[in-house]
Amino acid sequence: MPCDAAAVAAAIRAAAAVITTHRDELVRLDQAIGDADHGENLERGFGFVVSSLDGEVPDNPGAVLKLVATTLISKVGGAAGPLYGTAFLRAATALGDAPVLTPESVAAALRAAVGGVVARGKAEVGDKTMVDALTPAADAAEQTAAVAGELAEVLRAAADAAEAGAESTVPLIARKGRASYLGERSVGHLDPGARSSALLLRSFADSAAGA
Amino acid sequence: MVVVSHSGRLAEGVVELARQMAPDVPLIAAGGLAGGLGTDFDAVSDAVAQAQSGAGVVLLYDLGSAKMVADLAVEMLGDPSDAVVVDAPLVEGAVAAAVAAQGGATLDAVLSAAASALTDLASDKPVDPEDGLEIVLTNAVGLHARPAALLASTLTGLDAEVTVSFSGHSANARSVLALLSLGTTGGDQVTVTATGPDATEALRRIGDLATHNFGD
Ligand SMILES: Nc1ncnc2c1ncn2[C@@H]1O[C@H](COP(=O)(O)OP(=O)(O)O)[C@@H](O)[C@H]1O
Ligand SMILES: [Mg+2]
Repeated sequence: MPCDAAAVAAAIRAAAAVITTHRDELVRLDQAIGDADHGENLERGFGFVVSSLDGEVPDNPGAVLKLVATTLISKVGGAAGPLYGTAFLRAATALGDAPVLTPESVAAALRAAVGGVVARGKAEVGDKTMVDALTPAADAAEQTAAVAGELAEVLRAAADAAEAGAESTVPLIARKGRASYLGERSVGHLDPGARSSALLLRSFADSAAGA
Repeated sequence: MVVVSHSGRLAEGVVELARQMAPDVPLIAAGGLAGGLGTDFDAVSDAVAQAQSGAGVVLLYDLGSAKMVADLAVEMLGDPSDAVVVDAPLVEGAVAAAVAAQGGATLDAVLSAAASALTDLASDKPVDPEDGLEIVLTNAVGLHARPAALLASTLTGLDAEVTVSFSGHSANARSVLALLSLGTTGGDQVTVTATGPDATEALRRIGDLATHNFGD
């Protein structure tokens, strides 16, 4: 089945449901090294995304992601708003108005998304942020697309890499975001934004595999 | 100017403080989210629109994600060069920028006033008092907000480096914040020194202000 606007909208709805399921986990992670609102922020933002999609389903995947972006920017409230907002915006721009996703376009969109997060937040790999999950995910997606992997395989590779990248944040000292105020005391905790990035990518991969 | 903060009360407080010294500058607080803590992109965008008077908008922020929201709001403008997010200490930067804007400074000058707000504070570099003008502050409050602003603005257009020193500390006389941070009160004696082509005129103007009690 081609991955068109309707399929992308369905994947976004599924991701919103995953965020709701993991809301408390994300709150707990953010409680340890932040201000305990990451789960709440994302649940609110994706809740509004779902309402926007109820109103109109834009007619290509890029336009769906643009709607996600503008909604997250307006509704999330914490750092995750401008960061994920910029990520979805850049991904939307990379996709242009192509009617369906391809393995290559998804890999390129993910790369553009990571570029957006880095441009917005100035974090590098190793700073204990969502960049630690997203950067290896974009690398894995590109590698899989390059060897002619299917769309679902590209996203599965990205999700696997994002999960490993998120785990890798545990021993790190936070150097960006609110957690950086804790310095050494941030060691031993999973970064909430890295965790939510891995959750989103896993959800997208599951949607692609089921489609 | 727009003050972007996670807290509504913090943004309002910074605006209140800056407004005291810059009553004519549009200062807009964009703090909090839905009555609680957070940064509200739509509120920041509205504040930028409201602050537009044709001369440019300066945005100051408190913590990291407030900067991200401010940056995004600027990028989404029709002409992003109309507004600038400045990296500056929030309170000192807001006061310094507001005072500069009140004095009619250009966007660039307002930005550099904000950005140098911390380094402009009084230093403990001693100044040789011998060749300076000694002034006893006969007004009630010393070099407080209004007198300091008057002193700084009286030097506009002069090519001179002017320093005010008090009790072992010295301040750049063009920086209201630095003058404030000297902590003078009524009755204190300060020393004013000047170098450069317009040094004599600078000292004359300041002496004049002092004679007139800084307008009090
Ligand atoms: N400068 C940054 N660059 C990249 N990611 C960041 C940055 N600042 C914060 N983050 C991510 O955002 C997450 C926190 O999001 P959230 O709790 O929604 O925002 P806030 O910190 O404003 O409460 C962090 O776990 C981290 O992954
Ligand atoms: Mg948080």
